[in-house]
Amino acid sequence: MSDFWNAYVVVIVLVSILACAILLYVQGKAKFTPGKSMGHVWDETLEEYNNPMPKWWSWLFVITVIFSLAYLALYPGLGNFKGFLGWTSSGQYQIERDRMDATVKPLYDKYSAMDLQAVAGDKQAMEMGKRLYLTYCMQCHGADARGAKGFPNLTDSDWQFGGEPAQIEQTIADGRMGMMPAHAQLGADTIKDLANYVRSLSGLPNDSVRAAKGKEAFASVGCSGCHGPDAKGMHALGAPNLTDKVWLYGSSEATIVETITKGRQNKMPAWKEFLGDAKVHLLAAYVLSLGQGAK
Amino acid sequence: MLKHEQIEKSVGLLIVLTLLVVSIGGLLEIVPLFFQKSVTTPVEGLKPYDAVRLVGRDVYVREGCYLCHSQMIRPFRAETERYGHYSVGGEFVYDHPFQWGSKRTGPDLARVGGRYSDEWQRAHLMNPRDVVPESNMPAFAFLSNTKAKDSVGADVEKKMEVMRGFANVRGLPTYSDEEIKGAKAAIGDMTELDVLIAYLQGLGTVLKTAQQ
Repeated sequence: MSDFWNAYVVVIVLVSILACAILLYVQGKAKFTPGKSMGHVWDETLEEYNNPMPKWWSWLFVITVIFSLAYLALYPGLGNFKGFLGWTSSGQYQIERDRMDATVKPLYDKYSAMDLQAVAGDKQAMEMGKRLYLTYCMQCHGADARGAKGFPNLTDSDWQFGGEPAQIEQTIADGRMGMMPAHAQLGADTIKDLANYVRSLSGLPNDSVRAAKGKEAFASVGCSGCHGPDAKGMHALGAPNLTDKVWLYGSSEATIVETITKGRQNKMPAWKEFLGDAKVHLLAAYVLSLGQGAK
Repeated sequence: MLKHEQIEKSVGLLIVLTLLVVSIGGLLEIVPLFFQKSVTTPVEGLKPYDAVRLVGRDVYVREGCYLCHSQMIRPFRAETERYGHYSVGGEFVYDHPFQWGSKRTGPDLARVGGRYSDEWQRAHLMNPRDVVPESNMPAFAFLSNTKAKDSVGADVEKKMEVMRGFANVRGLPTYSDEEIKGAKAAIGDMTELDVLIAYLQGLGTVLKTAQQ
């Protein structure tokens, strides 16, 4: 605060408090004539008298004056004066953080040093992991971790980007880009063939003639480039396994046609910067434990 | 000297003196902030809302998002753990009016930018329960029916000029003539939903998002 505004605040605050004190003093000295009417009458008999305030009431005002002076001496408030306690809101915040860190940091340190499988088997770590999950992950993957349309189910054994501990940790730390390009240029007919073929891979009802044509197209138009010649997907690209009966966007023919025609894009945000390595480690272990339940 | 009786019997005088007394708090607590650098200087890297985000912001205001969502992370551990670094004054210098809000039926949005994918934001605004079954937020699917250029973006140049006026008064960096001229083109055929998502994805991303 500049000198002018500093002085502005200090002067108005002190003058206001002083004025209150003077008013209280003057009123304390004033002569009253209890019982004498001021001549104002309302509602027939309601008269205004000039009686002094009750003593306890006057004292409340005196206490507020003393309180405000004491407060301004101890805490920031009087312009640039920081107060004798040196209190700041960011300092208060830091104290709160430090107090909590003293409790949780040893735990995080302990789990950070353990490998993910071991953390996933630790009961306390998984309780912490669950709370972290419910704070940061459930908005997309669901409170039950079963995901939603376009957001993967974490409780099954299917992993778009790989289910190895290190892969899961990397997914959370650095995020992932899921990218299925649009293939409208193939034409509606070929796309329908492909959709039937993809359904046949999971044993869903399909048009077998179309599925046979779709199988040829799958290899010739380049689907196998990402999903692999056997359609079992590729973790490095995040290309899903098409043979495992797990569907990210839905298994109906119409949905698959839409997926092929318009493509699908989604993103797993990177959490490393926001959460830090220790929390990412714990979350990875928790997600690992969710998937292990499915095996 | 003024007597109690005189003040009581003159309405004009009573009004003037009352206003004087009740204004002291504001004069002391609010006015000096207009001149305090920590509040009026943008945090490093903060830029004025571009045309798309500016009209997206108007959708946010029009739909009353602030009634359920705050944009103000207080310096408490419980808040910074969940939302990220607490809010600082320099982040809001281009907000006219600010969207701090005062009630959280939904979560704080001050740093929601980048927290979820665009696809999530779209699915969630179309029908929140598609992605968060427990949600009680209303669906905003209708926003995808209107082109931004036909509603909030219709007078985007004028809006940017007004914002530029505010910034000039305070000596802040602001829009160039080219940016204002290109505003309509930047908005293009985006729907109200698109521009709202653009606004949300930019929220609070300038200050380091690490919890600390």
